[in-house]
Amino acid sequence: MQNRSLPLDKLCLDQEGKVSRLLFKGNKRRQMMDLGIVEGTKLKVALKSHSGNPMAYLIRGAVIALRNEDACKILIKKI
Amino acid sequence: MGLTKNSTGLSVAKDEFNSKEFPDCDKVIAVAGNPNVGKSTIFNSLTGLNQHTGNWPGKTVTNARGKYTYNGKEFILVDLPGTYSLNSNSVEEEIARDFICFGGADLVVVVMDSTCLERNLNLALQIKEMTSKIVVCVNILDEAERKGIDIDFDELSMQLGAPVVGTSVKESEGKAALLKKVYDVSIGEEKTYDIKIDYPKVVEDVIDLLEPHVKKIVGSRINSRWVSVKLLDMDKNLNATLTKHLNYDLLNDEVISNILKETKKDFAINDINEEYLRDEIVSSVFKKAENIYRLCVHLKKVNYNEKDRRIDKILTSKLTGIPVMIALLFVIFWITLSGANYPSEIIADALFYIQDKLTLLFNTLGAPEWLHGSLVLGLYRTLAWVVSVMLPPMAIFFPLFTLLEDVGYLPRVAFNLDHFFKKSGAHGKQSLTMCMGFGCNACGVIGCRIIDSQRERLIATITNNFVPCNGRFPTLIAIITIFFAGVVSLPYQSLLSTLILTAVILIGIFMTLLVSKLLSQTILKGVPSSFVLELPPYRRPQVSKVIVRSVFDRTLFVLGRAVLVAAPAGLLIWIMANVFLNKISILSYFSNFLDPFARLIGLDGVILMAFIMGFPANEIVIPIIIMSYLCTGSLTGFSTLEELRLLLVNNGWTWLTAVCTMLFSLMHFPCGTTCLTIKKETGSFKWTVMSFLIPTISGIITCFLLTSIVRLFGLEF
Repeated sequence: MQNRSLPLDKLCLDQEGKVSRLLFKGNKRRQMMDLGIVEGTKLKVALKSHSGNPMAYLIRGAVIALRNEDACKILIKKI
Repeated sequence: MGLTKNSTGLSVAKDEFNSKEFPDCDKVIAVAGNPNVGKSTIFNSLTGLNQHTGNWPGKTVTNARGKYTYNGKEFILVDLPGTYSLNSNSVEEEIARDFICFGGADLVVVVMDSTCLERNLNLALQIKEMTSKIVVCVNILDEAERKGIDIDFDELSMQLGAPVVGTSVKESEGKAALLKKVYDVSIGEEKTYDIKIDYPKVVEDVIDLLEPHVKKIVGSRINSRWVSVKLLDMDKNLNATLTKHLNYDLLNDEVISNILKETKKDFAINDINEEYLRDEIVSSVFKKAENIYRLCVHLKKVNYNEKDRRIDKILTSKLTGIPVMIALLFVIFWITLSGANYPSEIIADALFYIQDKLTLLFNTLGAPEWLHGSLVLGLYRTLAWVVSVMLPPMAIFFPLFTLLEDVGYLPRVAFNLDHFFKKSGAHGKQSLTMCMGFGCNACGVIGCRIIDSQRERLIATITNNFVPCNGRFPTLIAIITIFFAGVVSLPYQSLLSTLILTAVILIGIFMTLLVSKLLSQTILKGVPSSFVLELPPYRRPQVSKVIVRSVFDRTLFVLGRAVLVAAPAGLLIWIMANVFLNKISILSYFSNFLDPFARLIGLDGVILMAFIMGFPANEIVIPIIIMSYLCTGSLTGFSTLEELRLLLVNNGWTWLTAVCTMLFSLMHFPCGTTCLTIKKETGSFKWTVMSFLIPTISGIITCFLLTSIVRLFGLEF
């Protein structure tokens, strides 16, 4: 089933997704990609902090915390 | 308010890194890797040095170097800052990349975390693209074994075209093999092989065109394929460095610039933009890493990180995250306070017994009174005070805190608190710099380098002083135990003390957030930058090593420094108290002068004078206060806490004085060392003055308000 893209921060705890697009530009884009967030990468919501922002994601075996302001620029497809 | 590159720590962090500095050594070895993979541990184990280590990314912010000899050859080891990539997003990455490429490293040891190999492989491949001569060190193997992660070393070695050595935290494991491989590869006894990362056809086509020309120019100095790829996605910094080292601007080369121009045209026609190209290049490396990972790593348990996630959920969730954090703080303080009480008294008894013996000795030798006074009552007594008050709490607090650090709890604190820091316009990693401030504010200030944004780094620097360092910690503990603990009966004493101490620390955190907010709305305006923080896997700490390390490396070091300052200060105080002008001692002149102002903020002249004289090192504040009262008062014998309390009460202390002294200790100018460090890190006189004034003014305002309110309602007793 083809599902629509949604921003990463909209995922619930323990949900998984595949990166479909990055909306960052320039250096920020590169910084995110260097963490292993490239098209097709599988991500999983690992932790939610007390206010729901930041959240931490399982990315290529590492747990990385991102603020929602950044996570919303990572578009994913649920799997 | 101008924030220029010069006004912040970048220029300091970038101190030139060049192997030409090591003329008389045989081989220069760089140690590279992702943040928090145990580079410093490997570095320490090879060189025998004691670079501080801890389980959180960014621990090593300064560039450490060390030497060792193997088989008669001398090796210089350079510990590079941990980076995820070498694409030059930050100063650290630039430092690491430039050293690997142009710093003349003979060989790079790439350290990888065995529990997170896929992400780590990305950097290994990037380094391998630049230089073939690498030795791969797969570290923290014990954790991988525990988690059932099986790594095929032979396959990994084949895939990376370089020897792979497994190491673990247990010091000896793998060390010999690593030393041998580094030796073999560096002298050419063992060969390494180039590996090729396959890029999409559009990129490969251009590389095919560029590489022959690049090779003509760079020869064997740098990998020509890597340079060709970089030419395609050139950033200015890299080109400047390349030009400097090659003495030739590749982009100005006729053939190369023509090829690039044609390529750009061709890309434009085919609707290939720069972003796409860059993405493809980065993705290709990750694809290769993914493949290697799949070939070399076999998981016995699919959810090998399950346990970590369960712990994480308790330590960071909405309901339990912050309460657990405060509870942990409370427990650590409680152990520190209740544990330190007894040894403190024993040490004090012993040291003051020696003082009596010294007095006896001076009397028998017929030494003049001024000599006995200045040396024994001044110098020795202050020393005795500093040691007995400081040593026990530090010897308990440091190991406990280091344990938390080693387990990997600190990044979770940063994760929990990020929300508050964001609201204050500051960076979530500021809580990590505050944790370092617990040890020493100067270290905390240096630690601010982990914050990339200059604005946020300055906020963290200026507010770091709101965390009491180990120099001020004993001041707080001493006041609490002398003044407040006696109020309740014995079993509850340490509990009450702990409550007060925890409250003081929480006030410090609150002030940090408040002042950060004020700063980011006034002189350091701006929006919060992004926050990216890796939460590393939990690691089992090596308790015995932690204790030995924190007692010898930290406690004794800090104590030594305190003693160095306390000795002359004690001498000075005694002289000031015993040299009279018009029948009034110099000490009294000084404290009387400060008294009217000090009273306004709930202190007295002596206390304020002690804080001013404590500028070289905050450890001596309490000894100076007690010494001053003793010198001017009639009371000479004191040993128990109750007698000390009486001494303070006789000098006009009320609960308000005690609270204001604690608050002012929490909020006043940073010590001399910290000020110098701030000047060095910010490179700016203005920000150093700000860092001096802002905490001081905060303290004066807080104490003044509290004193006024309390006195208005007549609550002082």
